[in-house]
Amino acid sequence: MSTARMDTAGVGTVAGVAPVHGVLVELNDLRRSFGTVRALDGMDLTINPGELVVLLGPSGCGKTTALRVLAGLEDADSGRITVDGRDISSVPTSKRDMGMVFQAYSLFPHMTALQNVEFGLTLRGKGSAERRRIAGNYLELVGLSEQAGRYARQLSGGQQQRVALARALAIEPKVLLLDEPLSALDAKVRVQLRDEIRRIQLELGITTLFVTHDQEEALAVADRVGVMWEGRIQQIASPAELYTAPVNKFVAEFVGLSNPLPGTASEGAATVLGQRVPLLPGSPPSGSVTVLVRPEAVTLVPGPDSAAGSDVRPGSVTGTIVGTSFLGSTGRAQVRLADGTLIIAQIASADVAVLRVGETVDVRLEQVPALAVASMASRGSL
Amino acid sequence: MRRKQTTIRWIVIAVIMAFFLIPLLSMLYFSLRFPLSGKWTGQAWSNVIHIGSIAAADPADYGQLWTGLKNSAVLVVLTVVIMVVLLVPTMTWVRLRVKWLSRTVEFICLLPLTIPAIVLVVGLGPVYRIVSNVLSTNTIWLCFVYVVLVLPFAYRALDAGLAAIDLTTLSEAARSLGARWFRIMWQIVLPNIRSAVVSACFISVALVLGEFTIAQLLARDNLQTGIFLVSQSDGQLAVTMSLAALILAFVLLMVLSLFSGDGRRTKGASA
Repeated sequence: MSTARMDTAGVGTVAGVAPVHGVLVELNDLRRSFGTVRALDGMDLTINPGELVVLLGPSGCGKTTALRVLAGLEDADSGRITVDGRDISSVPTSKRDMGMVFQAYSLFPHMTALQNVEFGLTLRGKGSAERRRIAGNYLELVGLSEQAGRYARQLSGGQQQRVALARALAIEPKVLLLDEPLSALDAKVRVQLRDEIRRIQLELGITTLFVTHDQEEALAVADRVGVMWEGRIQQIASPAELYTAPVNKFVAEFVGLSNPLPGTASEGAATVLGQRVPLLPGSPPSGSVTVLVRPEAVTLVPGPDSAAGSDVRPGSVTGTIVGTSFLGSTGRAQVRLADGTLIIAQIASADVAVLRVGETVDVRLEQVPALAVASMASRGSL
Repeated sequence: MRRKQTTIRWIVIAVIMAFFLIPLLSMLYFSLRFPLSGKWTGQAWSNVIHIGSIAAADPADYGQLWTGLKNSAVLVVLTVVIMVVLLVPTMTWVRLRVKWLSRTVEFICLLPLTIPAIVLVVGLGPVYRIVSNVLSTNTIWLCFVYVVLVLPFAYRALDAGLAAIDLTTLSEAARSLGARWFRIMWQIVLPNIRSAVVSACFISVALVLGEFTIAQLLARDNLQTGIFLVSQSDGQLAVTMSLAALILAFVLLMVLSLFSGDGRRTKGASA
């Protein structure tokens, strides 16, 4: 997250593109069904002025439906939408004053990039010279001034989405809606463009709702992330809070990796693998639980039968390395315990070459608060 | 092996060209060579060009051809306009809002293909008696049945055009920018299916200019009924007029193709 926020160095504000007045957006008790499927099931969401909220969730969780209902492209069965205090539930899309960037490439193929950006301005009665000036400014904002005369098919996917962003922003909308705008792009362009979107959003101060199923993307750009499942927001919080203090098993497992380990809870902590791990609020106070331990909270120490192994802590357990992965700045190791439990540990990338498959290691758990869920109930509810 | 394939290819092309060109060249030959004396003359072509004044001078022999020509011209325009106004918004709407209806619409549009014109006339007789009473007996009201006749061909052309664009996303993008449906149709949908619309229009023009059965059986005057009548007294002019109609349709195709192309292909892709 912080990477995106700080990645604005060297990018200046474009003259003529003024910051906008961010507005408060409220979705209250939104419901929308498609046949027997409840896409939105009493969804509530408040987006503060100038805030970028990301709706994150798996396919079919209702996040895109929520965005489309806000845009007016989909009608809600019930519920209320207010923007800046005004109820817009029955206002048609064309009058909602929202800029939208779509998942699919949506540039009008018969228009140049400049004409695409000018389109919304034409509808607002701007004169030819003014349209050209404003559209030029927004193309400059997204770094595509030199491509103004090109048609969509003459632009790369990333460039098309930037033009689409410029087009959405040029009408100076109250709210910016981004419907998985990066999902069709390759990995490198995704990262570049997501940082650019965040930079522009911060620069303009526009209230933004961003929908994605990519957790890394969500954590990188959001002020707050709302994790959706079954038509409702399970938890909405800052990326850091969401990661370190998930409120339920779904959030814990969807955002980042988790090792579900059996344990016994008592007095605000749980005994897992013979070690005491502090529990997050919301965890069961006592009884059998499943503790969701993050890979970075697992430390591997070469085991007793290893040549390097001498530091075996009493109470910890041993396991066997069954696989390692090099992930660039970090690495990952899979360890099989004696009872068959598989644990994923995050390790230093240098250790990937050191740890060998079949090697015995001592598995230790850091004293990082983890979420626990009741063993039986968790299987039924989440 | 490759040489053999090339030879076969050229033979096939030559046979096809001969199949199409021999009748046309025969018509051209007949239109330029006076049948009785064998003298070469462009008189028939001159008569085609001046058919208006010839019809005025000799209305008994040429009046119906002139009337039929004018009627067909009006019918072409009316049929094309009604077809575009009726089909493009309907098909767009079906694709965007009522997809479950698309099969039904397709079935209805393709239905005229399965009904021979002669059978169609049996049903159209009573309908056109009402049309004659309500509107008039003017030939231009044949435009209604001609729209029905062109439906299968126009539907196929437009369907291909609409399938080639992401209609839903484009229309939603336009709506989110503040456009209403008329503007979406006019400024977003139509320009992006221009080639398909032009194809549909050309098919309609060709069909209307060549239609004979319905006009003849409903006792209306169009170009083909006019040519048929003239052929009984002036075969050379009839053939010349038929060839002229074909050339007109061909030229129209070229012109429309020219308009349907755009300047977007001039710059190279850089993506």
